[in-house]
Amino acid sequence: MNHGILAPIVLPLITAILLILLSGRRSLIRSISLLSATASLGICVWLLMQASDGQIRLYAPGNWQPPFGILLVLDRLSALMLLVTAVLAFFSIAYAVRGHDAPGDKLHAMVHFLLVGVNGAFLTGDLFNLFVFFEILLISSYGLLLHGRGVERARSGLHYVIVNLIGSALFLMGVSALYGITGSLNMADLGDKMAKLDPADAPLAATAGILLLVVFGLKAAMAPFYFWLPRAYAAASAPVAAMFAIMTKVGIYAIIRVYTQIFGENAETLANFAWWWLWPIALVTLVMGLLGALSARELRVQIAYLVIVSVGTLLAGIALNREAGLAASLYYLIHSTMICGAMFLLADLILRQRGELLDHIGEGPRLRQSALLGVLFFIAAVAVAGLPPFSGFIGKLLLLNAAGVQADAVVLWIIVLAGSLTTLIALSRSGSMIFWQTTDQVESAPAADKGALLAVIGLLGCVMVVTFAAGPILDYTFKAAQQLREPGVYLQAMQQFRVR
Amino acid sequence: MEILLIIALPLLGAGLPLLTERFGRNICAISAALGPALSLILILQYIPALLQHQMFFLHQPWVPQLGLDFSLRLDGLGMIFALMILVIGLLVILYARYYISNKDSLGRLYALLQLFMMAMLGIVLADNLLLLVVFWELTSLMSFLLIGYWSHSTEARKGARMALAITGAGGLSLLAGALILGQIVGSYNLDMILNSSALIQSHGLYPVVLILILIGAFTKSAQFPFYFWLPHAMAAPTPASAYLHSATMVKAGVFLLARLYPALSGSDLWFYLVTFTGLTTLVFGAYNALFKHDLKGLLAYSTISHLGLITMLFGFSSDLATIAALFHIINHATFKASLFMAAGIIDHETGTRDMRRIFGLARFMPVTATVAMVSASAMAGVPLLNGFLSKEMFFSETLKLDQLGNFSYIFPLLATFAGIFAVAYSYRFIHDVFFNGEPNKDLPIYPPHEAPLYMILPMAVLGLLCLALGTMPNLLVSPLLHAAAYAVLGTDIPRYHLAIWHGFNLPLLMSFVALGGGLLLYYQRKGLFAFYERGYRVDQKVVFEKRIQRLVRLAQRCTDAVENGSLQRSVAVIITATLVMAAIEFWPLGNILGEIPLTPIDGISVIMASIMIVAAVVTVSSHHNRYAALLALSAVGLVVSLAFVRFSAPDLALTQISVEVVTIILLMLALFFLPQLTPYESSWRRAIRDMVLAGGAGIAVGLFTLAILTRPYDTGLADFFIANSVSGGGGTNVVNVILVDFRGFDTFGEITVLAIAGLGVFLVLQGLELSVPRTDRHGRQWTRDPYPIIITVLSRMFFPLALMVSVFIFLRGHNQPGGGFIAGLITAIALILQYICSGTDWVRQRLPVDYGRMSVVGILVAVFTGMGSWLFGYPFLTTTFTHLHLPLVGDIELASAMVFDIGVYVTVVGATLLMLSQLGNLAQTIDPQAETDPDFTSEESR
Repeated sequence: MNHGILAPIVLPLITAILLILLSGRRSLIRSISLLSATASLGICVWLLMQASDGQIRLYAPGNWQPPFGILLVLDRLSALMLLVTAVLAFFSIAYAVRGHDAPGDKLHAMVHFLLVGVNGAFLTGDLFNLFVFFEILLISSYGLLLHGRGVERARSGLHYVIVNLIGSALFLMGVSALYGITGSLNMADLGDKMAKLDPADAPLAATAGILLLVVFGLKAAMAPFYFWLPRAYAAASAPVAAMFAIMTKVGIYAIIRVYTQIFGENAETLANFAWWWLWPIALVTLVMGLLGALSARELRVQIAYLVIVSVGTLLAGIALNREAGLAASLYYLIHSTMICGAMFLLADLILRQRGELLDHIGEGPRLRQSALLGVLFFIAAVAVAGLPPFSGFIGKLLLLNAAGVQADAVVLWIIVLAGSLTTLIALSRSGSMIFWQTTDQVESAPAADKGALLAVIGLLGCVMVVTFAAGPILDYTFKAAQQLREPGVYLQAMQQFRVR
Repeated sequence: MEILLIIALPLLGAGLPLLTERFGRNICAISAALGPALSLILILQYIPALLQHQMFFLHQPWVPQLGLDFSLRLDGLGMIFALMILVIGLLVILYARYYISNKDSLGRLYALLQLFMMAMLGIVLADNLLLLVVFWELTSLMSFLLIGYWSHSTEARKGARMALAITGAGGLSLLAGALILGQIVGSYNLDMILNSSALIQSHGLYPVVLILILIGAFTKSAQFPFYFWLPHAMAAPTPASAYLHSATMVKAGVFLLARLYPALSGSDLWFYLVTFTGLTTLVFGAYNALFKHDLKGLLAYSTISHLGLITMLFGFSSDLATIAALFHIINHATFKASLFMAAGIIDHETGTRDMRRIFGLARFMPVTATVAMVSASAMAGVPLLNGFLSKEMFFSETLKLDQLGNFSYIFPLLATFAGIFAVAYSYRFIHDVFFNGEPNKDLPIYPPHEAPLYMILPMAVLGLLCLALGTMPNLLVSPLLHAAAYAVLGTDIPRYHLAIWHGFNLPLLMSFVALGGGLLLYYQRKGLFAFYERGYRVDQKVVFEKRIQRLVRLAQRCTDAVENGSLQRSVAVIITATLVMAAIEFWPLGNILGEIPLTPIDGISVIMASIMIVAAVVTVSSHHNRYAALLALSAVGLVVSLAFVRFSAPDLALTQISVEVVTIILLMLALFFLPQLTPYESSWRRAIRDMVLAGGAGIAVGLFTLAILTRPYDTGLADFFIANSVSGGGGTNVVNVILVDFRGFDTFGEITVLAIAGLGVFLVLQGLELSVPRTDRHGRQWTRDPYPIIITVLSRMFFPLALMVSVFIFLRGHNQPGGGFIAGLITAIALILQYICSGTDWVRQRLPVDYGRMSVVGILVAVFTGMGSWLFGYPFLTTTFTHLHLPLVGDIELASAMVFDIGVYVTVVGATLLMLSQLGNLAQTIDPQAETDPDFTSEESR
């Protein structure tokens, strides 16, 4: 029995508990936190290697035969998401341990609790259990966001909490409605039930499905549900904001999982009904995100809007409802998680050297390490704008390639390409103002901590790896997309699964 | 592999000058030249083979799924461009060594130059169209940094941003064109594309592809109407201008025309688009160049004009015109780089580039003057210089066009017109600067003197090259040109002859008309200048910046209109969108009621429903008075728990009622710190909107639930739980068995949520200092006797009883209503009662527990219980149970689930009390005002 599947949930949980028990011993907390993140990284690589053979691995906590008990599922997609999370978490924590985890010493514990929720959401094959893990990640994110002082942080934090409480309520409604219609919670089984659903009841299931789409859309920050994101991310402390780069991806993941597994190819009348919604939503999200990025008055707000742009791009790829589109999105997901995380950390290093001006976009003091931070910012900006030679460019090419040259794809072409240009203009404005349009430097500005710099460089390094190893990575994402588009295989694997 | 090195060496070398900068300028320059020099040596080795029309390839897969491969090819076309890039690059490196002053970083310039060089080499050597685009965009990015090198100057910043935006946009257009082209051909491999001319041009998307790709080429080569970034890019340091705007950046556009010539050219669309764009640019650039007073401005417009000439030649789609274009590319690079260097020297030695201020420099800097005269004459097309040769070819090609029928004469006519202006501005460059009187004494640097030898050297080399190419074309350039033409045109290269003398013919006449007319024009310049100045001139940079600013403001207006930070607004949007989306999906359901008949209405249900409705309405209508609203809300909660009882769910009822109590107490504690009244802020319109939304949401949820509940569902899951509760889970209380066993993993997650919530409250409130309100809203003092004796005594008596009840509830849980969760809540309530009645300090002294730790210990117990099953080879949280027979007590059932339930219990108690004690601590923070009131303070801290 492969208990390793459980490790991405249990390891951060035990770590978090340990860190709470060790309250007050800051340096020990930091070491353990980083150690655990490193171990998670190793475990997730190992899981990915297992999953890459294409076999779907199941684990039944409580040893109850599915669909009666809860099921954890390790397939290509979940293994990929776990690894992306582990990488991001490692660098965020590495940044935090360099003295960016104040006030108090609870930040690390909360980050590990967050990881429990995120990893659990990626692993579970049960819709209600997904709700539970969503709650874990949400409640930890509330704590992380409100952690520390500041009126703006409290205001945007409250906004975030309330919007997500609405999301949780809708989630609960959606899940109970699906249970009320089909009598099942297991995702594969739900997909099977959808295939056999009385067509007269299809609108009910579709309504439940749309409620779930709203919930996941809220998490993913798609239009018109993204309003909570810009301020919340901009107000969060740097390692938290970087860590949150994975949060929108949880929503994206849930959309992929639920609408390929439950409402996927086999779902008869309901097959693929979500894409019809998702396509215009994706395009609107892209446009709104771009406008936001252009309009931003602070660097962190700008990056937050770029997160929304990446969400739009990802959703567009998914909504194409093609293997190539899904594979492109999965690749872009890896890229955008890393680069957004890196940008939030970098913005923090920059604002620390600008005195009271912080990250306001405008003429300001010269940075103490203008050259070094400038180079990093330039690379990150090129990557995030989707310009060559970095992975964002490859991701966008893949997306356009998958969209093809049909009439309906023209809008996407225009938006994606104009989007790259808009991002480029926006970032060249903010970059040239922050790095070039400068007055004397702030006397007391501290030099960036070497470890924190390494964390940023590390994340950018990951972007390079994603760029240069695009071939093998795409090989994986294409196979993952293929696996997702064959929900029958998963169902079969579950039906053949026997508990002890 | 060596082809790769040609590109890689400048890339690798880019870091060197940054490292060696501290060892002085010479070493810095030498280290910068290292990479390009090695690349040049490499490429020289290939030349003999290339002249034999061989081609060299390198293929390295990168993103096979996309067709983007790292494929390089070295052919004749790539060769002449690579030679220009490297030779002029090396000369620029030498030149920059003397040009850049000590206060600027030479190493940074060298690094950027080499990176740019790498990108340019990538363009000309790419064998994959997408790879070409990759390098193409890289040149835009690097040129942004080069133009913005003097970042303190606002001109440089704006010029850089503008160049990036225009060429970046062109690059994206090219990308779109390339992608579509690739989809048509089925490959991005250049060989495949170049051999698919018929397929491409017969495809319906050919016009789209062509226009997109041409936009890319035209933006890069500064063709009309995309030319305006180029003059503003002159804010770059002169070495960068000399490099970018003679031999490299702007040549990328015409390179692309040459590269894709076999695939795209020949159609009418190509002819009209390319020829007329080129022609317009040629005339427009030549005309404007004459009137620029800035030396570099003149050169910039002249560059625009010459690029127009080259573009136009490609448009002709004839073999000879193409050869002429290639030849002019080489010639333009040599004389223009030389002239930019001359302009830089003049700027360097006089401190200005304004031709209205500098005169008669020939006396002060004779060498520079001589070289500049040679190069400028080449630019004008004076015989014996290389510019003359290609210009003659151009003139003779314009005479061959017949596409416009009787109007074809406009080509030679306009070409001659542009030629006249070219002569005039070239002559102005010489005459204004080097002659035309004595230099003003008010020059920033006076007297000017000759530049250092090694600064002149690169310029002189290029000047000599103009002369050599002009006099001995067949010896020096023919083989190279032939190889390049072969790469573009394929096997059938027409016979042509590069010669200075072709006899008396029409092109020669045109040349002389241009020379004569140009001189004449120059001497009539005063009137012309006045005419030009009168014309309406806009500064494109200002216009562009204004447009961007307007765009930004528009974006700000849109964003602020949509997302104004109002929570109410975003909640309203969420609910509206959800309602609309759900309604659209729900609508096709014809009949809301399903086949299950509705249960008859009975009195109790009616009463309960009415109480709930009334309580809900009261909650809403009294929400301005927070305590009242809270009390009304608790009524809703209580009726819900009664409803659970009515529908035979005692577990749920117990849970609901204890949760209700804890929630209300915590809320009251929290509300204590807030104003008790919410001001009336919403307008009537807002209130109506909210009512509609809330009502709509309520009705929608009601209908949806009704529709689901009146339809049968598959009860397989429920049946399984009931059937297996005793045999598999060892308990008769199915609800509890579901919680701790069937779906124990959910409960495991939920207690984690609870513990985190407790910690979250701790994090939010930790260190927070709030002023404690001393009066209620009517101004009455809160009682000074916080712990009334009767309640204190009673609560202490209740405590052990409550604990016993909770133990009882816990133990019976597996078989009868109860369980760890409810028991935990009961214990928590009992403790809360002690806190309320006896004060925080009193409890803390007697119960020194850290609730934060306690709550996570509960999870730890659950985790270890779960992992315990690993020891027996079962998955996480697998339960087991056994029956134990004890004397006297009787049969006792022991289930591992009970240990798990203990974890639940501990977490619930810990987390609940953590929240409570944090709220309680808040009340302990000292109110600064209260210090004046010793009684109050002492009461509080008692």
